[in-house]
Amino acid sequence: MIEVEALAKRFGPVEAVRDVSFSAADGRITGLLGPNGAGKSTTLRMLYTVLRPDAGSARIDGTDVVADPLAARRSIGVLPHSAGIYRQLTARENIRFYGELHGLAPALLRRRIDELVGRLDMTEFADRRADGFSQGQRIKVALARALVHSPRNVLLDEPTNGLDVMATRALRELIRGLRAEGHCVLFSSHVMQEVAALCDDVVIIDHGRVAASGSPAALQARFGGASLEETFVRVLGEQEGLA
Amino acid sequence: MIPTLAAVFRKELLETLRDRRALLSSLVMGPLFAPLLFIGMLAISLDRSVSALDEAVAVTVSGAERAPNLVRFLREQGFDLSLRDGPDAELRRWIEDDSELVVMAVPDGFGERFAGGRPARVLVYADGSNSKAERRADRLRAAIGGYSGALASLRLQARGISPLVAQPVVVDDVDVSTPAARATLVLGMLSYLILLVTLVGGMYLAIDATAGERERGSLEPLLTMPVPRAQLIYGKVLAAAFFMSVALALVTTTLALSIRQLPLETIGMSANFGPGVALGVFLSTLPFVTVGAALLTVVASFTRSYKEAQTWLGVLMLVPTLPIAVAGVLGIKANAALMAVPSLSQHLLIQGFLRGDPLPTGYAAISVASTLALGGLLTWIAGRLYQRERILG
Repeated sequence: MIEVEALAKRFGPVEAVRDVSFSAADGRITGLLGPNGAGKSTTLRMLYTVLRPDAGSARIDGTDVVADPLAARRSIGVLPHSAGIYRQLTARENIRFYGELHGLAPALLRRRIDELVGRLDMTEFADRRADGFSQGQRIKVALARALVHSPRNVLLDEPTNGLDVMATRALRELIRGLRAEGHCVLFSSHVMQEVAALCDDVVIIDHGRVAASGSPAALQARFGGASLEETFVRVLGEQEGLA
Repeated sequence: MIPTLAAVFRKELLETLRDRRALLSSLVMGPLFAPLLFIGMLAISLDRSVSALDEAVAVTVSGAERAPNLVRFLREQGFDLSLRDGPDAELRRWIEDDSELVVMAVPDGFGERFAGGRPARVLVYADGSNSKAERRADRLRAAIGGYSGALASLRLQARGISPLVAQPVVVDDVDVSTPAARATLVLGMLSYLILLVTLVGGMYLAIDATAGERERGSLEPLLTMPVPRAQLIYGKVLAAAFFMSVALALVTTTLALSIRQLPLETIGMSANFGPGVALGVFLSTLPFVTVGAALLTVVASFTRSYKEAQTWLGVLMLVPTLPIAVAGVLGIKANAALMAVPSLSQHLLIQGFLRGDPLPTGYAAISVASTLALGGLLTWIAGRLYQRERILG
């Protein structure tokens, strides 16, 4: 469960996030949708505690991310926008390193890694060094290490970037699987189809503010677009004062 | 804290050990090749100066019949003379064919001038751009000078004047250095070499663990781990310090083994670098790895990319060598205050060991304490730097 209230963050003269509030429930997939530079990544980065908000607050399972960042980090799994992995380590070693930092006991960690390798279909390359991995393989490793401690909440920043059709489909299946297990999944995207295909709830962000939020169907009904894409354009257009 | 440090340490170690290029540059090029290169050059220069003293100097003499006494004198002095006459142009051609050749020509009229008590000329032909020929020519000139001086004394005596009149001032060289101290002059660069190689040993890891990690995008996910950021960076400093220690052990061993191959005794020096001295050098430099590792990590943390970090650290390599250079120029002797300056104190300790005259234990204790204190401070600063948001670049 992620609750965000009036978050704001500026970098010098740039107001990256002005006023963002929403909540993402357990057992649901919540999508942050918005054009490039809208403030999606900055919002997520405040949630996973690498940035401190200038104003507002955010709670993960009731834990304030500013007051107790370590506890907040324990209950989230993060796939950042640039999820680099260690090229000299094997896929398994990459995942193990994160498991060790989470303080998992060796036996539990081993079991957990085997489980993730099977679930993410990584058997073929799990013991190879990550040096020559494809983008899809790298994302899988990054995702597996984000999930190594079985976090309740999963934050994904544009996870399908650079993935081919098959890998994208596999990732969607995984995200749906996480929902089925009751996880709270929050992910950002600027791709409409992505959001339309996956999300239970959509938060449209533009210029650092929430422009609209709700289920895809509710948004469509409210703004009257024939598709989510058209709805999206209408919402943004209204923001620009064009509609 | 310990499990986090251990996990980061292990990961950094594994990464660097698997990176052949990193390993080569930090543990092979530096600790093995640099000392071997240094010792090799020293060996060559020693070999040259030694063999030059023993070897009979070969000189070709043209017009030898005009100066039989001089020729006899040179032969007595051990010169290997071969007689071959020719005009000036031909002498030059001989040297063009063999640039190591040194030719002494006795011109016409040498005998008349000599007998008349006027300065008699001999010509020495040599290729000044050839160092071997130039050394031979120097030996020849010195011998001719000696001959001339001896004759001058005889001429003065023949006129009833003491030859001492012609020597108002004489110089007597008194060399008070002991053989080991003389060797220290030659080996004075060793402490510089040791510190530099030690730093290079951890440079790759320090860059890779900070600027490299940021550039590859693996820093941001790492910072989402539920551990204090400072602990992550302490683990990295620890790993860099470990690599520096290995480099230090290797360079000390390489030096101890290779210096024995030097013919230092032939020039009246003794290479004081046995196992005990090697251990002393290692132990007195070991605290310095904390300063080195933390300093490189701090600087690499400010840089935005791998390349930028390399540029900065290249410059940074000179910083610990500055006190050593200053001390060398000023001829500074060890005292308690100086032992509180890291890098300089290591230099003084190493020099003490090499000179066969180790510094007092109290001095060593000051060096260890001050170096560890600075290392701890720099490590703490590195940890603080990672609290900043800007660390993500």
